[in-house]
Amino acid sequence: MSTSTPETLEPRQSRESRQLDPGFERSDRIFHKASTLIGLSTLVLTGAIGVFLGEQSIPTLSHYGLAFFTGTRWQPEIDKIGIASVLVGTAEVAFVAVCVAFPLAIMFALFISDFAPRRIKSSLISAIDLMAAVPSIIYGLWGFFLLQPKAMDLSRWLSQHFGWFFLFHVDTDPNAAVWQQSRYTSSVFIVGLAVSMMAIPLACAVMRSVFDLTPLGEREAAMALGATRWGVVRTVVLPFAKGGIIGGTMLALGRALGETAAVLVIISPAYGINFHFLEAGGQTVSALIAGNFGNATKAQLSALLTAGFVLFLITLAVNYGAAIVIRRSRSGAATEI
Amino acid sequence: MTTLHERGDAVAASEAPVAPVARTPRKIRRLTPDDWTSLAGALLASFALVTLIYEHLLNLSGVLGYLVCWYAAFVVVYATVLRMANSRKVVIERLVTVTLYLAAFIVVGALLSTVVYTFAQGFHAYIHLNFFTHDMTGVSPTAPLSQGGILHAIVGTVIEVAIAVIASVPLGIGTAVYLSEVGGRWSQSVRTVVEAMTALPEILAGLFVYVVLIVYVGMPKTGLAVSLAMAVTMVPIIARASEVALRVVPNGLREASEALGATHWRTVYKVVLPSARAGLATATILAVARGIGETAVPLITSGASSFLNFNPVTNPMNSLPLYIYTSYTTHEPSAVTRAFGAASVLLAMVVVLFVVTRFLSRDKGAPR
Repeated sequence: MSTSTPETLEPRQSRESRQLDPGFERSDRIFHKASTLIGLSTLVLTGAIGVFLGEQSIPTLSHYGLAFFTGTRWQPEIDKIGIASVLVGTAEVAFVAVCVAFPLAIMFALFISDFAPRRIKSSLISAIDLMAAVPSIIYGLWGFFLLQPKAMDLSRWLSQHFGWFFLFHVDTDPNAAVWQQSRYTSSVFIVGLAVSMMAIPLACAVMRSVFDLTPLGEREAAMALGATRWGVVRTVVLPFAKGGIIGGTMLALGRALGETAAVLVIISPAYGINFHFLEAGGQTVSALIAGNFGNATKAQLSALLTAGFVLFLITLAVNYGAAIVIRRSRSGAATEI
Repeated sequence: MTTLHERGDAVAASEAPVAPVARTPRKIRRLTPDDWTSLAGALLASFALVTLIYEHLLNLSGVLGYLVCWYAAFVVVYATVLRMANSRKVVIERLVTVTLYLAAFIVVGALLSTVVYTFAQGFHAYIHLNFFTHDMTGVSPTAPLSQGGILHAIVGTVIEVAIAVIASVPLGIGTAVYLSEVGGRWSQSVRTVVEAMTALPEILAGLFVYVVLIVYVGMPKTGLAVSLAMAVTMVPIIARASEVALRVVPNGLREASEALGATHWRTVYKVVLPSARAGLATATILAVARGIGETAVPLITSGASSFLNFNPVTNPMNSLPLYIYTSYTTHEPSAVTRAFGAASVLLAMVVVLFVVTRFLSRDKGAPR
């Protein structure tokens, strides 16, 4: 600018041209650096969890090798340690929890977003948020003292009528006049029910926020074409929210995989791969760690940390997948928990 | 004339049932007497049918089975009644509606039963004043409820949460500011990781802090270790909820501030953060509600002491969730009642935090 019209400008100005973009002030540069540092430190923190747990698990992995993943026993006193049965137990609990939580969460989310009377909508949202905030140990006590006696009847009924199917088999006579109640307590099924109480609000909150993001125009277009409320949900809301539904369910799965307190309260520890959901006994990785941490020897401690590392990798993969699915989907614009 | 008149009559007769519908459109989202009666009738009919068959003919028992059978019978009866006067679409719509109502009843009922049951079971513990003013020093688990209390656990929880908040709020809100206001090459990966970390199992945070502080640094098991582990789980929750709160601050405010010559830092500090104050407080309280209930963390990084301890860096410090768990594991009736009493206190704390959150977010019209 100053060079194009030199004759109309003062010579001094042409020499010291003003910088149009002077860059950021010093305070701003510090601010940007500092906030980037804080942001990255969160990243490092996660990485550090993986690195430290991973480093701690090297001795165990080199000692037991692949047997650590295939062994089913947890007997440090005779040097037999394997997490296969615990991993299966964790998967079973998470499976039951998600099977219960998914339909309830999606139905409740749809109810809030599309079917509930407008007056009670905000109270229902509060209820979901409160449900997410209730400590898991309280769900554990609830599951053990209130839910278990009721759920045992259901377990018995299932084993009476579907006992021929191996999942519902219980190793006792379900038709006995005085049935063996202790065979039905503290089972993976009851733990799964209690854990689903923590999975429901997580999944429901994500799904609901995605359902509410459905473009109004598309809803109204469906209504104008004569769709019923269910028609709108089926043709507009659900296809739009597919990513949120999958992502929310995966987040719930991640929560169910890592749940500790409720499992610890309800389950009676039992090792060995066992697909009988309704039968007493089972174990999950997190309950194994929490239950044995207090009186562990040094070698056992390392084994527990290794189990924790495996759990970390699994939950991180599930949660990361959930975050990606929610982000990639068309509906992931503003999901929040 | 007559033929015309007759034809007119015939037309009127054939259109008679349709005409009133066309003239006064039915209000949508409002139940007509027909809807009410078919719903109530189906409920009653299925109730009577199931009572007769289930209780008297088949002689079965069990509340759960009864309810399931009632619901199944209700769906069949209701669908049949509706099908008499409505199209298939309407029938499906109504059946979906009653199913969703059922799901809502189950979820809300489960939540209410948790809250009510906890307060009811803990009643005999928390009506004693000493429950709040004494600790458990020298009190055995079998002692009557008029002795001992959970003061040490309440104090421990409050101190631990306070330290965790001090540690996690700057980091969490700083991360949110980075994600929302500054950005850069790393923001996408930070955001994804934060999102994945919000569901990090608490036990892993406990293990992490155990490895770093107790194995490497050689610290004893204390309240501080619990606080730091809590902070590890709280940072992503605060960061994520705060980012949402910062995102909805209108861009006009930022532009106005910058147009007045404010630097970026002053814009964020004086305009953006104050505007999002309520949302940031909500984020913090949400994280506190999560952190306060963590059980596995104190189980790993602190011990269950029975005495009052105000010092977070020496000696183990008990906290409410840990107290609940250790009392429960004794399986003594009075200890379990104490556990429920402590659970009631914990739940009351969470509910109070929750109500404060609601109040904050409603007051300022901040987003949820």
